Amino acid sequence: MPPPRPVQPPVLLPPPVLWRDLRRFTPARLALGRVGHGLPTAAHLDFQAAHAAARDAVHAALDAPRLCADLAAAGLSSVTVRSACPDRRTYLLRPDLGRRLADHQPLPPCPAIAFVVSDGLSATAAQRHAAPLLGLVMPALGQSGPVVIARQGRVALGDAIAAAMGAEAVAVLIGERPGLSAPDSLGVYLTWAPRPGRTDAERNCISNIRPEGLAIPAAADKLLWLIARMRRLRVTGIALKDEQPARVDEERKDVLF
Amino acid sequence: MPHAATVNGTRHVFADLRTLLARATPLRSGDVLAGIAAETASERVAGQFALADLPLRSFLNEAVIPYESDEITRLILDSHSAQAFAPIAALTVGGLRDWLLADATPETLAALRPGLTPEMVAAVAKICRLQDLVAIAAKCRVTTAFRNTIGLPGRLSVRLQPNHPIDDPRGVAAATLDGLLLGAGDAVIGVNPATDSVAATSTLLHMLDQVRARYAIPTQTCVLAHVTTTLRCIEAGAPVDLVFQSIGGTQAANRGFGIDLALLAEAQQAALSLNRGTVGHNVMYFETGQGSALSAEAHHGVDQQTIEARAYAVARRFAPLLVNSVVGFIGPEYLHDGKQIIRAGLEDHFCGKLLGLPMGVDICYTNHAEADQDDMDALLTLLAVAGVTYIMGVPGADDIMLSYQSTSFHDALYVRGVLGRRPAPEFEAWLAGMGLAHATPDRIPAALSPALAGLS
Repeated sequence: MPPPRPVQPPVLLPPPVLWRDLRRFTPARLALGRVGHGLPTAAHLDFQAAHAAARDAVHAALDAPRLCADLAAAGLSSVTVRSACPDRRTYLLRPDLGRRLADHQPLPPCPAIAFVVSDGLSATAAQRHAAPLLGLVMPALGQSGPVVIARQGRVALGDAIAAAMGAEAVAVLIGERPGLSAPDSLGVYLTWAPRPGRTDAERNCISNIRPEGLAIPAAADKLLWLIARMRRLRVTGIALKDEQPARVDEERKDVLF
Repeated sequence: MPHAATVNGTRHVFADLRTLLARATPLRSGDVLAGIAAETASERVAGQFALADLPLRSFLNEAVIPYESDEITRLILDSHSAQAFAPIAALTVGGLRDWLLADATPETLAALRPGLTPEMVAAVAKICRLQDLVAIAAKCRVTTAFRNTIGLPGRLSVRLQPNHPIDDPRGVAAATLDGLLLGAGDAVIGVNPATDSVAATSTLLHMLDQVRARYAIPTQTCVLAHVTTTLRCIEAGAPVDLVFQSIGGTQAANRGFGIDLALLAEAQQAALSLNRGTVGHNVMYFETGQGSALSAEAHHGVDQQTIEARAYAVARRFAPLLVNSVVGFIGPEYLHDGKQIIRAGLEDHFCGKLLGLPMGVDICYTNHAEADQDDMDALLTLLAVAGVTYIMGVPGADDIMLSYQSTSFHDALYVRGVLGRRPAPEFEAWLAGMGLAHATPDRIPAALSPALAGLS
């Protein structure tokens, strides 16, 4: 058990008086100032930079060899497959192809839980957060691989992969649609008895996994809790409510206030 | 009944009305994904020629989704007024376009509404250029009211959208104050909750109502939870001004949203029973968007723009205060880029206004669409010229909860300034009373003290 945190004295701030004081209550873009009716130059360019980061995250390619090496460093083996989408443009326009495996993608058998890492809409998120998260989750389950790295994949691609592997369940770690404030947010979708045709109502989702959102240790706890619950009830989706006791999320409060 | 036209030397045949409507639709990724778009540019124009020659009466004789299996089709045909339709009963789709451009006036358009079906206006939109969509919509007058009056000529309202990633009431209050200081909020102060629960929704409803009451703002508030959540909040005594719901243009799409017409009627009655409006009693707020039916696999082979117009039949049944399309939000598999989003935004506004709705647009895009701020400026300016009823106001255009970009408080100031549009009259008077026009750049006027909004 970690030692208890020292109690921090509350930071005393004067009551908000100036417009910019409102920024302490939310990460939203408040109190940007005005030039005529427009944005001051610095605020305008800040926005452009954030949009550029999000666009680059959408179009970044997953560096699969590097992810494979990161997983190996965490003691996890991996294999790489791709969806039926040949490129990013097809991926964005044809969600149906992103849910299917390309032809001739051999997969090893796995009777336990199949773990799939997919670029989704943010390869940046998968690249940064998947290996640290799986490094906490898989050893706790007594699994060491193989992790399936899936290029140009949608969430439902995990159903096809898990069915091919004969897995009892699948956890898909996938880059979420980037926002301006969060270009590297990872989501995890957990599905019991996966097979093509499963709907989103039959999955459980953990969202917004990134250091400034749901931190990786907390996400690992939540995923392990859901997996234990899933194995007991033999179901996922709306029948499996996320009733994990809430933890005091001090890290998140620090970010917001 | 098959339809046909010859273009550039080739004869194109269209098996039935819904096929004709799909092939005649200007290119968009959602219709391609559904496998119903024209294969070539010439086939598309042939569809437009054939559509232009189609008598309007055809839409009363052939439903794009069967009457027996879809309650939206039944609503559309059962509520159609032959009397209102009479002045255009002899026209074709092309003839209606010409009449709308040349002859229609605000008065004749208002009288015509019960005679128009969504499929008729969707068909006209398909043979209109952007300037036609702007010019015709600009002739429409639709006014609604609750605590202020929305949609008067020369006015442009703003929904203040102070979303927060974890529904923190102080974060929502701070963003609300930022928007009020920039003149936004006359359409509604409306929060999308991150958690659709009765507890979270009630907390936000009480907080927004207190802010409104303490600043004495002549506007309405809304938490955009599912209609069933809002009904339970009403039962629990929460202060509900408007009932929100996302709606679609088919019975199956609405089932995907967890609603039907009977549930919406129940919600409208519940909100009316609270009697919270002061200058009017339009108590419903609806959102729509091209592609939502295909996304729910509930499109019946009908093109997404026609389905979208059918959602407006659902909306007008319940006399809403506000309706907006979330045009660029659904994703690039439905509207791929800025060009497709701009056209769809103008189509949705045009169809909604012709059918008599207080039509706003969430002028927006996601980061995986091929679009940027320049595209939004183009659509915003076009829609304002077309007389859009309201737009969204998001701090810095960056919605930190929904992870997409909409219009900002600054964007609203820009377009009001450049076109001389003013806020709703009651709200405009309130702004003047707050002394905002003479506030220093960074000091908040005493009348809008943050402490009154619970910020200390």
